[in-house]
Amino acid sequence: MSGEAVTTQTVIARHTRPVEASSTWRRTDRLGLAICWLLGLLFCAIAASIVIFMMVQGIRYLSPSLLVTRPTAGFSQSQTGGFLDPLIGTVVVALLGVAIALPIGVTIAVWLTEYGRPFALARAAESTIEMLAGIPDIVLALFGLLIFSSPILGFLSRTSGHVVFGRSFFAAGAMLSLVALPLIVGSTREGLQAIPAHIREASLAVGKTRFATIRRVLLPTARPSVITGTMLGLGRIIGDTAIIVVLLGATLTLNQAGGTPVISLLKGTGSTLTSFIYENAPTGEANQPNKAYAAAFVLLLVVLALNLCVDVVGRRGRVVSWSS
Amino acid sequence: MEFMSPPPVRWLDPDREAPPAAAPGQHEPERTPEQAPVTQNGSAPATSFVSAPRRRVQASHFALDRMQIEDVSISYTENTAVRGANVKGKAAVRSVSLPVRQGEVLALIGPSGCGKTTLLRSLNRLTEMTRGASLEGRITLDGVDITTIEPTLLRRRVTMVFQQPNPFPMSVFDNIAYVLREMGSRRPRKRALEGPVLDALERAGLLEEVRADLDHPALRLSGGQQQRLCIARALAVQPEVLLLDEPCSALDPQSTQVIEDLIVRLREEVAVVIVTHNLQQAYRIADNVGFMYLGELVEYGTVGSVFGSPRQQRTRDYVSGAFG
Repeated sequence: MSGEAVTTQTVIARHTRPVEASSTWRRTDRLGLAICWLLGLLFCAIAASIVIFMMVQGIRYLSPSLLVTRPTAGFSQSQTGGFLDPLIGTVVVALLGVAIALPIGVTIAVWLTEYGRPFALARAAESTIEMLAGIPDIVLALFGLLIFSSPILGFLSRTSGHVVFGRSFFAAGAMLSLVALPLIVGSTREGLQAIPAHIREASLAVGKTRFATIRRVLLPTARPSVITGTMLGLGRIIGDTAIIVVLLGATLTLNQAGGTPVISLLKGTGSTLTSFIYENAPTGEANQPNKAYAAAFVLLLVVLALNLCVDVVGRRGRVVSWSS
Repeated sequence: MEFMSPPPVRWLDPDREAPPAAAPGQHEPERTPEQAPVTQNGSAPATSFVSAPRRRVQASHFALDRMQIEDVSISYTENTAVRGANVKGKAAVRSVSLPVRQGEVLALIGPSGCGKTTLLRSLNRLTEMTRGASLEGRITLDGVDITTIEPTLLRRRVTMVFQQPNPFPMSVFDNIAYVLREMGSRRPRKRALEGPVLDALERAGLLEEVRADLDHPALRLSGGQQQRLCIARALAVQPEVLLLDEPCSALDPQSTQVIEDLIVRLREEVAVVIVTHNLQQAYRIADNVGFMYLGELVEYGTVGSVFGSPRQQRTRDYVSGAFG
């Protein structure tokens, strides 16, 4: 009875005004609405104030010359140079991390979604990935130091005699790939799971192998999800500090190890924007806050740009859909 | 190859209300084109089934046995299966025996969850993809047990089209080229595949409509065109048997008509098995009809006998619309 009455009311309401007036709501509902508004605005205000503060501070101290000069030791703003090396370091670490995490992550996601056998191992792998996402990165960093200081992995970092330094772009990139891995796996799995089962069967039913189906149909269809996951992972890698500080060495400049062009860079130590900010923050060793603000502004821009990419890709990705 | 041997099961008993008109069409190996239309249409009044005129105007000139389904039972041991009638350990299909012939369209009719689709999927071993499905009995393709044929090879000879139009998210051309290419590779190149691709589109009656936009995404086509593309895809590998799982249920009447015409035309080139809920459709396009109910093949015979003078009470009820 009352249900009918409500229905009629809504129909009438729909004709008269497009949105139901919250003034007709119960008091508790209105209170809830008010709290939602309050929290939403607060959240936006916090985010906006961070961005605006960093912008104001950053733009004040940022000059193009900072981007192309190397950091040097010194005691004043004019002596300490720019952050070319940290910028290069950020790019190298990000590329290295993604280069490791992307193929592994996609493979794991395909295995979990498309095969899932042996069942027990798949479940174990699933929870391992989830656990990995929950491990604090400083713990990963310490563990990485332990691993990469072992003599067997000496070829990945600087060595003197029998002592392995254990700190290099290789070491940092490898551990940072673990930070990105859960995001890539999660996003790719989601993308694959969203593909209806009859698409897989359609491919199998015309005599294609599972491999061909995955390679030519499923992964291309899930590409937007893979890209989204990679972007998110990239954001995490670029923003990570603990692993960089511990595993990339405490040098602000790039210190190459050995003579081979690219390998020497990757075996060597260096810094990224995050470790540069860390060192230059008022509590850091270098203590050049102005440089820190400028670098933080650049870092923020990069991460915001990545998030924008995720949004764009996510919106584009919805094009593929079958009539259901 | 054997010509028109009578199917081993539940064949119309000649001395028990055998329809005088329907019999010659099925028992004589060499059917003449003139005989068939008269017999099929003339035997309607036994039930209240009323239909539109049949699409096929004359019987096929020949019929050869392609597949034999011999005493096949399929059961799902776990409750993980997708299709109906598969409660734990329950048989979805119970000792069904049927011939599948080239030159004739075999329609499987019956209510939902009665094993039609399961039986269809077992013909190219797609049931094996369902966890917990087990099959007893024997299915042969040209005299060879299909379990001895490598699945991808089998599925190239026995292809399937699904209920949902499900072109892959690539261009119209690539949808068919993908099927023709080996494994996951991109070879052979586009130029070399042009002939077979156009030929497949031609056979599916789609070429004229899409000739100009072979490079457009297949998902931009209309539903009916998408489904014909799926049929073209299934025909591209020159199969011997074409399985259709309710190919028209997601389509509008006009597209349905185009596809029905296509199916009737195709039966000379491939053996066609179609699962349909639509009795009218079965009547319009089929030569032989199998009525399945709760996993059993209740009745099998020519379209005239099943619709015109069904032997079983259940068939009579079903075709006259008493249940379903």
